[in-house]
Amino acid sequence: MEQSVLKINHLKKIYHDKNGEVEAIKNIQLDVFDREFLSIVGPSGCGKSSLLSILANLEKPTSGDIEFAKPNLKIGYMLQSDSLFPWRTILDNCLLGLEINHSLNDTTKKRVIELLKTYGLGDFIDKYPSSLSGGMRQRVALIRTLATDPDILLLDEPFSALDYQTRLALSDDVYRIIKNEGKTVIMVTHDLAEAISLSDRIVVLTKRPSEVKKIYNIEISNKSTPINNRTTPEFSAYYDKIWRDLDVHIQ
Amino acid sequence: MSTYSDDHNKFLKKLKREKILIKITQISIIIVFLILWEVAAHYELINTFLYSSPSKVFKTIISLYSKNNLISHIGITIYETICSFLIASIIGIIVATLLWWNKFISKVLDPYLTVINSLPKVALGPLIIIWVGASTNSIVVMALMISLIISIINIYNGFIATNESFIKLMKTFNASKMQIFTKVILPGNVSTIINSLKINISMSLIGVIMGELLVSKKGLGYLIMYGSQVFNINLVITSVVILGVVSYIMYYVISLIEKKFIK
Ligand SMILES: Nc1ncnc2c1ncn2[C@@H]1O[C@H](COP(=O)(O)OP(=O)(O)OP(=O)(O)O)[C@@H](O)[C@H]1O
Ligand SMILES: [Mg+2]
Repeated sequence: MEQSVLKINHLKKIYHDKNGEVEAIKNIQLDVFDREFLSIVGPSGCGKSSLLSILANLEKPTSGDIEFAKPNLKIGYMLQSDSLFPWRTILDNCLLGLEINHSLNDTTKKRVIELLKTYGLGDFIDKYPSSLSGGMRQRVALIRTLATDPDILLLDEPFSALDYQTRLALSDDVYRIIKNEGKTVIMVTHDLAEAISLSDRIVVLTKRPSEVKKIYNIEISNKSTPINNRTTPEFSAYYDKIWRDLDVHIQ
Repeated sequence: MSTYSDDHNKFLKKLKREKILIKITQISIIIVFLILWEVAAHYELINTFLYSSPSKVFKTIISLYSKNNLISHIGITIYETICSFLIASIIGIIVATLLWWNKFISKVLDPYLTVINSLPKVALGPLIIIWVGASTNSIVVMALMISLIISIINIYNGFIATNESFIKLMKTFNASKMQIFTKVILPGNVSTIINSLKINISMSLIGVIMGELLVSKKGLGYLIMYGSQVFNINLVITSVVILGVVSYIMYYVISLIEKKFIK
């Protein structure tokens, strides 16, 4: 568990536009361990999405770097919006990543179909996204991300667009899927309860420009599914502590 | 079908009945209009020299057909329109792609496109006749002036309005610009492109008629022009009626294409 897959070294990100510059990330120093579920929480606008975008190589850091334990580690990035293409069937949506990096063949296609079947979307393979509920769409988006078999998964508020019930159920599903597939996960969320119930560790960021404020190892004695984790005594203790760290003021 | 519930079948029936009712009403409006027109002409409530009548129009069509080679007039107008339509559509898609591909070019060209688009193209008619000559070519060029710029602008606007998060998603998979274009921009804009084809066919027809009014020796625009010069208003009205039918048929063909692409 304690073997690191990637190291974020003195990462800094400044955005420039014609109205001036914004320092989003001041200095983030962080190790991410193999197969852990790591959540990142922090005040709105503190640079969480920016951090994921840099990890996914969509943006360049202003300074600092990301050091990967192995070369060619594959990263899968699940965006906040599901972004399913309405003109593609569910299966074709999930094959998108494979098509783009030219690795679509019978074996990989079969694997995706298996994933869809295993996670309750077997009946929808040839349907279009418009016939799916929000929770299902989000699951398709996850499978689309898993289809390229990434080593590290980046999730940007994967449940935020859903209602509370769906959110609870889906976070259980997603947890199960990710653990089954043996992935390292870095998840950004606004929802503390979600972070505590899913994660092995939680990183709390300061407000913008962000730095790491604190890191919690989440140790729950009877750890089981995310929904059950919420009922443990440790859960509320963590909730309390992290809530204080976030230092939310209502103005 | 048998899997639907009774309620759903009732619903489908209602939809169908409504559709038929709309068609019947539309056809009735034309028939009533034609009858009123004919009756008014017959009882000399209107001056048939100025306003013609359905039966006169019909007789004119027959005589144009047998004596004046009506089909070739219609043919030439359709031919010119289709030339302009095809050229404007193809170049429109190509130029819109270029503009999307290169932000620098699109920023540079933006004010020019706006100015050319807002210029009343009729003003350029005489120049085109001087430059290209009084021929089928100059008519197609005039039609292009009207249809091309608007095609480019419509298609390009569709391209740049493509959902940002679709493009970001493509980038998370390390997609190339070409892949973004073929997998998101094009398939995401099928309806934009078809809509612009619809506008394009009308614009091309407008341009062709304008061109024919200015120069030609053939075509529906020429018949209208000729009719007005010799004060044969019956001929003018007949040509306009034929033009209406022609433009409806062309529009109909495009909507058939639309049905094929958008299910
Ligand atoms: N492309 C960009 N250009 C300029 N500024 C940007 C850009 N992206 C983000 N920013 C700014 O950087 C800061 C951090 O943004 P980011 O989206 O990373 O925050 P976040 O923590 O994900 O916020 P939220 O919790 O609201 O999702 C914000 O102030 C934002 O305005
Ligand atoms: Mg964000």
